[in-house]
Amino acid sequence: MTHTIITALAIFIVILTGLSIYGVIPALRIVPDDTKFDFMRFRRISFPISALLSMLAIGLYFVHGLNFGIDFKGGTLLEIQTKSGPADIAALRAQLTTLNFGDVQLQQFGGPNDVLIRIAEQPGGDQAQQAAVQKVRQLFGDSVDYRRVEVVGPRVSSELLAYGTVGLMLAIACIFIYLWFRFEWQFSLGAMIANVHDIVLTLGFMSITQIEFDLTSIAALLTILGYSLNDTVVIYDRIREMLRRYKKMPMTDLLNTSINSTLSRSIITHVTVTLALLALLLFGGKAIHSFAATMTFGVVLVGTYTSIFIAAPILIYLGVGENRGGENRGGEDKPSKPEGK
Amino acid sequence: MLYFTRWKALAVILTALLVCLCAVPNFFPDATVKSWPKWAQRHVVLGLDLQGGSHILLEVDSNSVKKDKLDQVRDDVRRVLRDAKIGYTGLAVRGENAEVRVKDADLTNALAKLRELSQPLGGVLGSSGQRSVEVSDAGGGLIRLTVPPAAITERVRQSVEQSIQIVERRINELGTVEPLIQPQGGDRSPVQVTGLQDPTRLKELLGKTAKLDFRMVDSTVSPEQAQGGRLPPDDEILMSASAPKVPYVIKKQVLVSGGDLTDAQPGFDQRSGEPIVSFRFNTSGARKFAQATLENVGQPFAIVLDNEVISAPVIREPITGGSGQISGSFTVQGANDLAILLRAGALPAPLTIIEERTVGPGLGQDSIAAGELASYVGSVLVIVFMLLTYRLFGFFANVAVAINVAMIFGVLSLLNATLTLPGIAGIVLTVGIAVDSNVLIYERIREELRAGRSAINAIDAGFSRALATILDSNITTFIAAAVLFYIGTGPVRGFAVTLGIGIVTTVFTAFTVTRLIVAMWVRWTRPKTVPI
Repeated sequence: MTHTIITALAIFIVILTGLSIYGVIPALRIVPDDTKFDFMRFRRISFPISALLSMLAIGLYFVHGLNFGIDFKGGTLLEIQTKSGPADIAALRAQLTTLNFGDVQLQQFGGPNDVLIRIAEQPGGDQAQQAAVQKVRQLFGDSVDYRRVEVVGPRVSSELLAYGTVGLMLAIACIFIYLWFRFEWQFSLGAMIANVHDIVLTLGFMSITQIEFDLTSIAALLTILGYSLNDTVVIYDRIREMLRRYKKMPMTDLLNTSINSTLSRSIITHVTVTLALLALLLFGGKAIHSFAATMTFGVVLVGTYTSIFIAAPILIYLGVGENRGGENRGGEDKPSKPEGK
Repeated sequence: MLYFTRWKALAVILTALLVCLCAVPNFFPDATVKSWPKWAQRHVVLGLDLQGGSHILLEVDSNSVKKDKLDQVRDDVRRVLRDAKIGYTGLAVRGENAEVRVKDADLTNALAKLRELSQPLGGVLGSSGQRSVEVSDAGGGLIRLTVPPAAITERVRQSVEQSIQIVERRINELGTVEPLIQPQGGDRSPVQVTGLQDPTRLKELLGKTAKLDFRMVDSTVSPEQAQGGRLPPDDEILMSASAPKVPYVIKKQVLVSGGDLTDAQPGFDQRSGEPIVSFRFNTSGARKFAQATLENVGQPFAIVLDNEVISAPVIREPITGGSGQISGSFTVQGANDLAILLRAGALPAPLTIIEERTVGPGLGQDSIAAGELASYVGSVLVIVFMLLTYRLFGFFANVAVAINVAMIFGVLSLLNATLTLPGIAGIVLTVGIAVDSNVLIYERIREELRAGRSAINAIDAGFSRALATILDSNITTFIAAAVLFYIGTGPVRGFAVTLGIGIVTTVFTAFTVTRLIVAMWVRWTRPKTVPI
């Protein structure tokens, strides 16, 4: 069955390849060649909106909080699959209540037979967590299939949280230093502000959806950081190039031209990453569903917006290009003659 | 930018081919690969989340190590002072120190003798300046012996090393699974086993210290009297292992310890038919046991496991053969496990399970299927989109991405890396992001064409300008992947690995493979326009 599908897809791709190479199919143009969108005017809208959304996200974080998973909270997680018929959550809950674990959450997970059980951290240190799992295994015996069992002791969970936080900070610091070396401090700072903006909004998303926040969430956040920066760096690279070439062009024009000339690339890459992420989100299985959802939000919705509407315009406020033209008047490529104008 | 010498082109093709070839062993069954030469066997290992298995993080109880060390110091002090015939009072462990009081006249002598206990720390080098025990004169004839933190740390490190060996032996004795144990530094050691449905029995085997002692029962005091406060200083009260819990008064002195065992086997008692464990001592153990049983005929002795009395039989006759059996209302599996534990030896300190992650084989299978499906769907979507957008150059990009993915598997195989479900997600994302390098190049070429350059000129300029950007933009993602690798464990680390390797191969293919493909196309067709 799968082989047939794969063969069919392969043939489809070969035919499509042949057709496109011989130019039968017209090329897809998402962004017209001479796009001159005034992105900089939007900063008067995008900055207040972002500030508002960020504050909203922070507010949500304090009111709603994050749904910490056992990685950071400690405790026990069991994914079980009933062997006879669909799972009766209420009955399972009643059975579990007899064990006196305190806070126990049950949740349908995927199919009708699959149930996720979360047991809060038991008092009494590491051994107590192990004892809890043992009790559940005795309670259900062989009537269910134990698909996944995770037990995180109190010390490990607090360490993981510390590692995660430190890791995030470390990544931001490393990237800051790298960009400082490659560009100037204004660029580095601009990228950092954009970064924090991404993280804050994504945390707000995780708070509002109550997606479980665990180690893979940290992985998702770091990847969002990486990709958002990827976009930002491409635009910054162009801005730097323009700054060297057009010494007299007004800063807003220069930024607009930079964003517009990289826009086609931004959109196309955006689409390919979105396609890959959608495949993960829809078909990657429930084990990475929240990971893919977080990443889709961060990369697809926030990352590219940030690069274009925050990271680039903010350079004006950071004073990039204010003292241009003083020193290297000589060797300019095409002095003060902007392309296409 | 477009000029490749013959040798350079050959080097690029060979490198890419060689790295891709490293992925080959993954497509053959394990048994086939095993028959190949060693260097060809490297392949990707499936993570626990994909093949099912348990990850158990064990921690050596450092408090217990500390207590043992102090007890040992106390016993050493007793031996040294007795050998030197120095009278002492109040020898005990108090808090973090061991203390003993001697007469003023003996103080200098005692200090000198006790200082002989202290050895320099730091193994071969001995340069740390730390010593295993610090002996100080606390005034008034009081001598205080302290074990410095460095000595405890060293002892914990040794305990972890010994524990790993013993744990390995215990799991191997189970026969069904192969453990993977890597010391993690500090007081921890993660144990990974694959293919276990229920790790309960494994955990029971890991959690037991298995410290076996043969000691005498003190018949002069009844357990009731002892519990009432008349416990002789050389005795202690231990409970029986099996229910109902019965107290015994046991002498602290150990006749023979489990370390003197050479073998232990489960079996059945010939008369009663109940499960037993028969054991054999080594020469010195046999001699000590013979001596002890000779002196104590008619008295009960106790077999003590992890401070619980398994049984307390009366010595009917001296046991000189060096072997015996333990019976203590075992189940068959209980006897079997005890034999395993005794053969593998005792842990130097108790181990605690501080983290456990078990994935059943069913979920693993589902995850593999989901990961494969997502990879196919993601790849097909990206391939089709690239073809529609760039046509011929989209085809070039797809070839480059295919080589890229093959190279990722090649590098993963070379490193014997672990592939997890998030790791597969990392590869799918790499497909999405790897085409970005092509997009950057192509868009740049189009810009140069619009600026009025000739076809070949534009391609050349497009490559040279885009490559700097590709490097810059990928390094930032690589930093994120590196940090993730450093802080992550298990599946998350698998994601960091594929993401990081994916970035390296992406930059490599952009700089060489894509450039070579386009260069060859330019050389063969001598294009006047670029269909991009």
